[in-house]
Amino acid sequence: MISFSQVRKSYRGGHEALCELSFKVEDGELVFITGRSGAGKSTLLKLIPAIERPTSGTVLVNGQNIGSMRRAAIPYLRRNLGLIFQDQKLLYDRSVFDNVMLPLAFTGHAYKEAARRARAALDKVGLLAREKTNPITLSGGEQQRLCIARAVVNRPSILLADEPTASLDSTSAAEVVEMFRDFNQVGVTVLIATHDEALVQRLKPRVLALAQGRLEP
Amino acid sequence: MSHWLRQHWQTFVLTLKRLARNPVATLLNVTVIGIALALPLGGYMLLQNLGSVAQRVAATPQISLFLAPEADKSDIDALAARLKQLPGVRALRFISRKQALEELKQSENLSDVIATLQTNPLPDAFVLETVGGSAALEALEAQLKALPKVAHVQIDSAWVKRLELLLQLGRTAVLILATLLACALVAVTFNTIRLQILTQKDEIEVGKLIGATDAFIRRPFFHLGALQGALGGLAALGIVYLCMHILNRGILELSRLYGSEFRLSFFDASDCFALLAFAATLGWLGAYMSVSRHLSAIEPR
Repeated sequence: MISFSQVRKSYRGGHEALCELSFKVEDGELVFITGRSGAGKSTLLKLIPAIERPTSGTVLVNGQNIGSMRRAAIPYLRRNLGLIFQDQKLLYDRSVFDNVMLPLAFTGHAYKEAARRARAALDKVGLLAREKTNPITLSGGEQQRLCIARAVVNRPSILLADEPTASLDSTSAAEVVEMFRDFNQVGVTVLIATHDEALVQRLKPRVLALAQGRLEP
Repeated sequence: MSHWLRQHWQTFVLTLKRLARNPVATLLNVTVIGIALALPLGGYMLLQNLGSVAQRVAATPQISLFLAPEADKSDIDALAARLKQLPGVRALRFISRKQALEELKQSENLSDVIATLQTNPLPDAFVLETVGGSAALEALEAQLKALPKVAHVQIDSAWVKRLELLLQLGRTAVLILATLLACALVAVTFNTIRLQILTQKDEIEVGKLIGATDAFIRRPFFHLGALQGALGGLAALGIVYLCMHILNRGILELSRLYGSEFRLSFFDASDCFALLAFAATLGWLGAYMSVSRHLSAIEPR
């Protein structure tokens, strides 16, 4: 469960990204966070894996308080979250397969078990045939699917995606969104930040609409 | 435990692969470290060899006792009896003046000179092998000087003492050199690791974002530093070994002229191992300093 109460986040220089934000996301929900760019969508998503800390207020993720979390505990929090970044953050010095293997290296799985899981994740996003290629040779939609495979390989309970369809054509975007729906259907909590109104209209999910750091009613 | 070992093993294999991926850079680094370590190491080897020679000689100091020219047979017998009773004298050898001249004639350079001599200028002599330290030796020297018909007493190992002092000086010099070049090794590693952190900036950032602990991120750099140090140490051993072989050809030729089979000998296995461990530790230290300084700068935003 994710719970924000009275969360304020201001950056140095006085820019207020989020103010007085309160909401709850129950386990297994699919929630879209919408708003124009600069509305605070990315900041909201960054607070959950403790990439940013709240200036005031409380962020609880599975019962853990992000604001007061020790630095050393953060990696263990992040292992339970699947993160899909706006700028993807794929590593182009290694194969598709090795990109997906990366999160499993930290958790100390034996190679065989890790490889099995990585291939299962690649299979789920339809990239198993491309496992040996370099991610730079993949299309935009395929790269986004690779990000999803890397995010889910550790079987997280929460998936966070920041503008996952921003650079995709409508067909690829629909595919990616279908994948999120599939993960949600097997019980994964999914939060997606997007400014793609058409997507929201079509899916009719629960929407948190942000404007200037506040929730719109 | 097995989890910890596995992670270290995986890191080690990864580090080897990384080194192999940049063979030129690796080779250059290892060469620089190798040469830096080879200088004090070579000095240390020379000192160790000279030290063992000095010790061998110093362990059995000899005293030559030259008799006055007027000493006759009865004087010599009386003196021999006295000498045998002295404490600290282990063995005794009499060299008559005739015998001494014969020995001199044997050496080819002097035989011409000796042939021109009309009388034998050499005195009779005793060569004493002694036991005990240098204090006992000096006391014995004083006693011997007081004996009748003794013209001159010479401690043949006096030069050993001087050599010992010289070796001491050499050891200090090597120690200073070693300290300086150890700092150089740390600095070289520091810079290598800094560059490596920069090249892996993306990987470090992504790692931090998806749940890598700080320990996990640091580990490969420690491995890299230590491994590079150890490889440098190996290179240093190789360089010194090669130089020793080249030098030994000349040294053996030279020492044969003195009727000896002296040659430089290399370190034993435990010394080699200690050097490798030392170099690896220095590499680790350089990596540690570099990682503490540079890794915190990469924080995902």
